[in-house]
Amino acid sequence: MLNKKPTKLLALPALLWLGALFVLPMLLIVMLSFWKRGTYGQVVYEFTANNYIRIVDPLYGQIFWDTFVVAILTTVLSILFGYPLSYYISRLERSKQQIWLLLVMIPFWINFLVRSYAWVIILRSQGVVNTILQSLGIISEPLPLLYNSGSVMLGMVYTLVPFMVLPIYVSLEQMDRRKLEAAYDLGATPWKAFWHVTLPMTKSGVVTGSILVFVSSIGMFVVPDVMGGAKSALMGNVIQNQFLSARDWPFGSALSIVLMLLSMLLILLFFKATKASEKKEGTA
Amino acid sequence: MKTWRRNVLSGYSWLMLVFLYLPIAILMLYSFNDSRINAVWSGFTWKWYLSLFDNRQVMAALANSMTIGIISSVLATVLGTAAALAIKHYSLRWRTFVNGLIYLPIVIPEIMMGLALLVLFSQVHMELGKGTLIMAHVTFSMPYVMVIINARLADMGKELEEAAQDLGATPWGTLRHVTLPLIMPGIVAGFLMSFTLSLDDFIISFFVAGPNSTTLPLYIYGLVKRGVSPEVNALSTMLIVCTVLLVIIAELFRRKDSKTITY
Amino acid sequence: MKTIIHLDTIEKRFAEAVVVPPLSLTIEEGEFLTLLGPSGCGKTTLLRMIAGFEEPTSGDIFLDGKPLGHVPPYQRDMNMVFQQYALFPHMNVEQNILFGLKMKKVNAAEQKRRLEEVLQYVQLTELRKRTPKQLSGGQQQRVAIARAIINNPRVLLLDEPLGALDYQLRKSLQLELKNLQKNLGITFIYVTHDQEEAMAMSDRIAVMNKGRIEQIASPAEIYNTPQTLFVATFIGENNIFRQASTCTAVRPEKIKLYRTDEQPGKHRCKGKITDAVFLGNLRKVFIRLDGQDQVVMAHQYAGDGLDWQVDDLVAIGWSQADEVKLPC
Repeated sequence: MLNKKPTKLLALPALLWLGALFVLPMLLIVMLSFWKRGTYGQVVYEFTANNYIRIVDPLYGQIFWDTFVVAILTTVLSILFGYPLSYYISRLERSKQQIWLLLVMIPFWINFLVRSYAWVIILRSQGVVNTILQSLGIISEPLPLLYNSGSVMLGMVYTLVPFMVLPIYVSLEQMDRRKLEAAYDLGATPWKAFWHVTLPMTKSGVVTGSILVFVSSIGMFVVPDVMGGAKSALMGNVIQNQFLSARDWPFGSALSIVLMLLSMLLILLFFKATKASEKKEGTA
Repeated sequence: MKTWRRNVLSGYSWLMLVFLYLPIAILMLYSFNDSRINAVWSGFTWKWYLSLFDNRQVMAALANSMTIGIISSVLATVLGTAAALAIKHYSLRWRTFVNGLIYLPIVIPEIMMGLALLVLFSQVHMELGKGTLIMAHVTFSMPYVMVIINARLADMGKELEEAAQDLGATPWGTLRHVTLPLIMPGIVAGFLMSFTLSLDDFIISFFVAGPNSTTLPLYIYGLVKRGVSPEVNALSTMLIVCTVLLVIIAELFRRKDSKTITY
Repeated sequence: MKTIIHLDTIEKRFAEAVVVPPLSLTIEEGEFLTLLGPSGCGKTTLLRMIAGFEEPTSGDIFLDGKPLGHVPPYQRDMNMVFQQYALFPHMNVEQNILFGLKMKKVNAAEQKRRLEEVLQYVQLTELRKRTPKQLSGGQQQRVAIARAIINNPRVLLLDEPLGALDYQLRKSLQLELKNLQKNLGITFIYVTHDQEEAMAMSDRIAVMNKGRIEQIASPAEIYNTPQTLFVATFIGENNIFRQASTCTAVRPEKIKLYRTDEQPGKHRCKGKITDAVFLGNLRKVFIRLDGQDQVVMAHQYAGDGLDWQVDDLVAIGWSQADEVKLPC
């Protein structure tokens, strides 16, 4: 079926490219995670499960836990902050919608290293906020606004919230407005109509946005690196460190695979949960 | 009551915009601050920008970013467009499979892709540098090109291509005279998007760059690790301005698109 | 008459679904043949197989006696007018019309000559530099036709070409299309679901249902002597009287209404009028037959002299010659 029309072959270069530079490297880290690390950081091609056994350690358990807590909190906060904005945009006239969407999209494209750095200017001890508060005489000593878990959360939500706004906006746009009108017609208050009609019908947008935000925050190491202190290291930082400083690639690979599997499991559970709630509503 | 609710919502949305843009605006503002040390405003200056142009490392990073950006986005656009054109003709099952494979890089955490590529390059003993950066950038921007082109092709439908074939155009003739001219704005938008992605990428580049292939974001990262300085502000501002311009132009092309097709 | 297209037991299946069961059809040179049927009856698939956009699962199509087999659309000597016209939005009227000649690398002088001729023919000379967006629906339709006929195709395929236009325009274009076909002498294969359109234009109509051709004949024959129950009810209005394994179809205009006490010899059934709808030139009368569920429709023309009212008791009758016997 691939050779009936010559145009069908046009996908071959792209597929070969992705095979060599995406699929193959992914398989390689799976293999690497079962190999040994040599004394000088080189890879020794001998099978071992040791890398995985090493992960079962309270130290790494804590970091995995922190990473998932931050990722889940980031996702939840992004929904809370993003949904009203998407709703507002979807209610605007067409021409204004386009402008607002572009305004939300632009920060999404700006390098998030630069965007996290912008917060450093604002929050550091000689930063904008502390300078203003001190010159107003409200505080005498600079507040420790940066390098804590709060600043990491702020940075995460700030960089990732556009991921949430766009999918929710799309699902609000595709929603059948007549159902909402029907709900009003049947005497639902705006809040009830929102809760029982709009929210369930835009679930797909929330799910898509959540996955995008969650996946991005799971592997994030720039924000904790720039805005967090040594104590707020997340799994991304540990993995990066294994690869670039500690030079223990097999262990780093094992860590990243466990991270991936755990996040996939969470996403799967999340899917199941939303499906289950759908069914409940169906029978109610 | 109803207007009250709407006002709250609109007030909130404007606040969100402020939240999104204020840090960026402050960063840009401080790139013009005369004072080096702290947040007190001590006068307007261009000197940090001028010093950037005198800095050989900055210029080298800029040149690297441009070379890598242009080469990788040309490659990504050509490969992505060709693949999108072909996949359209596949049966549903194949199309779903191939699209799934192609969209996978978008949903995999960037750090995974970065380290996986690092492992690959070291296993085949490829020296890290501009070459490996270009390969990595093509890999992550090609899927975005495909998303844009796929949307464009779906909008176009198959009737116009059938009409061309009916009028005697061979598959290649159809491609040249009908399909390509009609999706050209999408191709331009895809090119600009992948250029933006390449220019902005930090995480993946962080893993696959060599000592002589520092790009702008990598250079900025090095400076950021050393602390806040007006030079970083100026350099970041330049990167932001480039990104914003590129995104707006790309968006205009993408929209121009749908206007010319729907009649 | 000479055969131009012959479909030899062609069949089309998509996955497991049979869209067109094995079917044969012969189309004669210069005729206006319409494929008529409800949506989903396979008429468009049939047309697309003739054009070469779909390949038959089995069987073959012959053009002038030569099998078309795997011949791609761009090598078939026929052209198509698409439902939504499919004009190239990035080309003006002239470029759209010349597209086919350019693809066949016809020399420039010949291109110019044929372009002028066709532009005049479809009265688009003044609009030649406009883009499709700047044209009305009817004008776009002319461009679509001009773009096809400039290639002098052996056969012109038309896929509901009037479907997107409003009623008035459709009426006037029906006649134009019919005249065009007569003057050019090209064979037309026309797909529509609109029976009025089919009746007004065709030399022959093939009535299709569930992928099968139920009957292929002239419009008059199709109307007067339908061969299947489907044709009898799909084309125009009809009353069907069922008796065991045969059905009798009688058109409403052939049903005569009598007072119950008048000409009892001609009565066939009795009933009560349930509705009478005035439509200007005629009145549609609905009669529920005594002791049955069946409602019979009768057309009563102005000047018949009798004015039936709802609830009147009537007797109905028809002459033997107006009956069509059909297998049920």
